[in-house]
Amino acid sequence: MADVITATGPTTQRVQDSYMQMVRRKRMYGGIMMALFVALMVSGFMLADSRNAGGFWSGIGNIFQFPSEVLAEAGEKIALLPGLMVKFLPSLIETINIAAASTLLGALAAIVLSLLSTRGLALWPALIPVFRRLMDMMRAIPEIVIALVLIFIMGAGPVPAMIAIAIHTAGALGKLFSEVNENASLKPVEGLQSVGARWSQRMVLGVVPQVAPNYLSYGLLRFEINIRASAILGFVGSGGIGYDLKNAFSWGQGRYDEVAAIFLLLFGTIVFFDQLSGHYRNKLVGRV
Amino acid sequence: MAMLDATMPREAAALALFRRKRLIAMAVPAVILAYFVYIFFAFDIPGLADRARMDNAKILVADSYSYKTHVTRDNRNGGISIAIEGEAKGAYAPGAAPDWVQLNGEDAAVITLPRDHRVEIAGDVTRVTVPGYGVIVLQPTARGVDMDLPTPDVPDWINAAANRVMITTDAGRISMTRARTEVFRYSFGWELFWFTLDSPFHGKSLGDLAGLALSGERVVPERSNIGAMVHDVWNNQMWRHKDVVWAIFETILMAFLGTMGAALIALPLAFMAARNFMALGTVRFALRRLFDFVRGVDGLIWTIILSRAFGPGPLTGALAILITDTGGFGKMFSEALENVDEKQIEGVQSTGAKPLQRYRFGVIPQIMPILASQVLYYLESNTRSATVIGAITGGGIGLLLTQAIITQKDWEEVTYYIVLIVLMVMVMDTLSGALRRRLIKGDGSGH
Repeated sequence: MADVITATGPTTQRVQDSYMQMVRRKRMYGGIMMALFVALMVSGFMLADSRNAGGFWSGIGNIFQFPSEVLAEAGEKIALLPGLMVKFLPSLIETINIAAASTLLGALAAIVLSLLSTRGLALWPALIPVFRRLMDMMRAIPEIVIALVLIFIMGAGPVPAMIAIAIHTAGALGKLFSEVNENASLKPVEGLQSVGARWSQRMVLGVVPQVAPNYLSYGLLRFEINIRASAILGFVGSGGIGYDLKNAFSWGQGRYDEVAAIFLLLFGTIVFFDQLSGHYRNKLVGRV
Repeated sequence: MAMLDATMPREAAALALFRRKRLIAMAVPAVILAYFVYIFFAFDIPGLADRARMDNAKILVADSYSYKTHVTRDNRNGGISIAIEGEAKGAYAPGAAPDWVQLNGEDAAVITLPRDHRVEIAGDVTRVTVPGYGVIVLQPTARGVDMDLPTPDVPDWINAAANRVMITTDAGRISMTRARTEVFRYSFGWELFWFTLDSPFHGKSLGDLAGLALSGERVVPERSNIGAMVHDVWNNQMWRHKDVVWAIFETILMAFLGTMGAALIALPLAFMAARNFMALGTVRFALRRLFDFVRGVDGLIWTIILSRAFGPGPLTGALAILITDTGGFGKMFSEALENVDEKQIEGVQSTGAKPLQRYRFGVIPQIMPILASQVLYYLESNTRSATVIGAITGGGIGLLLTQAIITQKDWEEVTYYIVLIVLMVMVMDTLSGALRRRLIKGDGSGH
């Protein structure tokens, strides 16, 4: 009996020791990772600060200066604000139209691309990797690159922005759609095939009805993102409300009432479509 | 009979359903088509054909894979200079020339263009030989340019005005004004990509360079050969590799600082906005509205506001990303927190853990994989946003790209930047994807 106790004593001790050692090692790794991360953040911040025109610490005090100037001027001319909002309404509609048209075009292209790059559904199974890489490329090119090049060729206007956003949308939605397609049941497709349906008929009648709610939900989310993108592209020079914002902003003092009106319009639009798409997405995903 | 009665309304209902579905199936494409028709006119697409400048597109495509060398004769003071892309930093030293230009003294040269085209410059007189057509003699005068053609009428590839003659063939372009004669020869490739003309390594083959790198004899006295090569490439004035690498780094830095900073700020706020960690409804409500507000204001407006306070640069871009994404992360994190399993927290609590320890050991391990995966996804997407934000605030590769496009000259540089941007985004995409897969796998194997 005494033998047994003396035998287990050291064993538990050993187990405990090695456990504690593991815990210590894990903590040490965690600590090192943490220190590394903090060092990266701090040095990155200091580097960014040194390469910025104005420093962080000198600028942080002025952070409310511009908003308060805008608010003060808007406050003085508060009676003009509704009129200005009406004035900028056509530009806002153009921005929304760019987003909507590019989402539609991109989604239509994404449906075709995703069907062509899903195993089991693809028309040419050997070309699946080609279409996947194509979608990767479309996703990787930032909208601004395509927009700026197209502005050079086509001149400023809504069309370059629409094409640029549509290309990116096709890549981004194509990837999501093909993930949805993989979960679609193949039975309707096989049924349609047995009665001699062409590939396009099998896809439109066999697959799309199964996945349409998910498509729609992702499409709505993308529409939300594209409204923001179309406003930003406008600022870079492609029409819509972003372009008006840039003009009013670079004019400076005296036109801050216009800046305020555009800020309000943009904010309201984004929140509105955010809520709308959130509501419908909940409904759609709830039904699936 | 009774059975038939029972099926009748059901059949009618089924037919009605069919009709409704058929209507929807017809109506959806019709509505989309109608919208596109509206867009077609609202965006003035018929007018696009007039506005589109296909010659610009041609220049863009041709420039992206070729470069041109200018041979210029100063018609006022005499003298010939040769420069790649006509830029001072691509100029040949006086007396030096590429092998297709034969310099005969200060003021005369024979230029061989492709397909047997020849240009002879001898002082004021320039003779252009076009195979299958003849010799064109050009001479600047006090009033403009004198042209002597072998045929009575002017062919359509010669654009002749009183003070300017332009000859454009597929072999190159020749233009003469009173001030100067210029000959452009197009060549394939990105010239001077590695070494500029003033570098001793220019024009050496890869084998020669490797030999030089291994040999002990120094080409430049103050540096070893490898060091000198790296120095010359790094400080290349034509392609500005140093600035480009810095710009790419700045863009990634903006995305990294912005995303990570937003995650660090959003995490504690998300605890205060989650129902199971914050009893006070008002605090929850206020924070949720704050998240919505910050997200709704959008990156564009934050960028504008911040660039006023901090000036252009990467810090402004990083802060704009940080503020916008704090809203997005706050919303997502608080939703993740509301779905955590209470049992683990109770377990940790039963050992006597204080609130902070409960969060650290009961909650964080549960949500860590979701959090990290979201953060990585945002990091990748923010690399793209940082390119756009850089174009607005003036920092990173976005700025270089817009500058190169606005000058409308160096399309090979634009192509170079586009290739780099796409590579950068794809690398970030692959990295974040690989890390995310590892995280999710790690989650599955238990923790």
